[in-house]
Amino acid sequence: MNNLSVSNLIGIKYLDKNDLNLIFQMATSFKEVINRPIKKVPSLRDFTIANLFFEDSTRTKLSFEIAEKRLSADLINFSISGSSIQKGESLLDTVNNILAMKVDMIVLRHPNPGAALYLTQKVDASVINAGDGTHEHPTQGLLDCYSLLEKFGSLKGKKIAIVGDITHSRVALSNVYALKKLGAEICLCSPKSLIPVNAQNLGVELSSNLLETLKWSDAVNMLRVQKERIDKTVIPDLRDYSLQYGLTKSLIEKLDKQIFILHPGPINRGIEITSEVADSDQAIILDQVENGVAVRMAVIYLLASKQKIVPNENYSS
Amino acid sequence: MQSVLLDHQKIEIILHRLCCELIEKYTDLNNTVLIGLQPRGTYFLDRLIKLLKNQYHIKDVQFGKLDLTFFRDDFRRTSKPIQANQNLMNVVIENRQVVLIDDVLFTGRSVRAALTAIENYGRPSTIELMVLINRRFSRHLPIKPDYIGAQMDALIGDKVKVSWIENDGKDVVYLQKRT
Repeated sequence: MNNLSVSNLIGIKYLDKNDLNLIFQMATSFKEVINRPIKKVPSLRDFTIANLFFEDSTRTKLSFEIAEKRLSADLINFSISGSSIQKGESLLDTVNNILAMKVDMIVLRHPNPGAALYLTQKVDASVINAGDGTHEHPTQGLLDCYSLLEKFGSLKGKKIAIVGDITHSRVALSNVYALKKLGAEICLCSPKSLIPVNAQNLGVELSSNLLETLKWSDAVNMLRVQKERIDKTVIPDLRDYSLQYGLTKSLIEKLDKQIFILHPGPINRGIEITSEVADSDQAIILDQVENGVAVRMAVIYLLASKQKIVPNENYSS
Repeated sequence: MQSVLLDHQKIEIILHRLCCELIEKYTDLNNTVLIGLQPRGTYFLDRLIKLLKNQYHIKDVQFGKLDLTFFRDDFRRTSKPIQANQNLMNVVIENRQVVLIDDVLFTGRSVRAALTAIENYGRPSTIELMVLINRRFSRHLPIKPDYIGAQMDALIGDKVKVSWIENDGKDVVYLQKRT
């Protein structure tokens, strides 16, 4: 188990259990690194990473950036606003222009599902999917599982609920794949209009009753209501949604056990989760953010290690 | 083909001598920090600490265990395992005399990585190097030890393996000749 079985991180679907364990093991080492007085190691000082964000992002982009900086990589940031994309340039042309600047790895966020996979077929650089439409967000799935592993030790047989807007969530799919590979039981809880039609094929429980789901769970991952992707026919009234699927203190008090609460952020306080719950001791939301940096360092480090340095006979000594 | 270079008795004598050398130079070691290099140098470090405390009555031996994985110069150049080891550096090294501890000094590249890694924790007043086995004529870098358990000459392809009673069942140093 020396390295990952893949050269790109497109989705959790393509990783095996050994890959997950290796990433988590490395993340533990990097978590120690980012808590040192000097939080930086020189491993990737000869490595350049391009962060290509064709969609808005705050924490994922910052988390990748800081992970890259902690590994001493050089990085360039690209976002769609103010770029030539607005002049009609294609994804592949944009990427090839960036690669001509000798970039070794691409971190890609794109609104179209499959964009990251498409790039891997066209370019030599390693590609990390930082979210492709409603498909996958693998590093979020990894950091959610890592945060749960820190609490539970093992996820085998643990009951994890994912609540909220499943249809529009790339986090949900990555979580389902990762949790299943780690042996957890999963329940997707959502209004029927927000559960994908093929969800049954994922091998998970489905529910529309939040209280019953919480009673069943050891941990719950509250997904953000993606207001920008949802039309009124799916959720006619956000207030009504919040009353039925919002996580509140009174619901938590009805449980006879303590469950851990996750949220991938950004939080719509008062819609899918109240401030009281989001800021409670049971919430491990800030642990997720810290672990996100360590997990991303691990992924970048492991993928970079597969790109061997080829001695160049032409440089002058 | 494997032969024994040092047995338990010889290792014990060497460990006592190295402890005495530390005490001779630093007396009560109150401004000295011993840093074991992960992974194998830490077993050597543990034995030294045990002796210093139990046989030489040094009450407070300050020590750390330093992982070098992310400071190695062979990252992306070798297919060796790249998993990191535990890094335990809950010790202040600023303005202190640091002694790096490793079991075998071969090419010197681990020590080079250690010199970079240790900068992350402060600026020691001095840094010295103690090794159980000094393999001569095999250095890739201008690095030499200050405290030496035993010297030995071996071919580049040969291996020197140090076993410790706590981890491997017995104290012994083997020379494994290239076949």
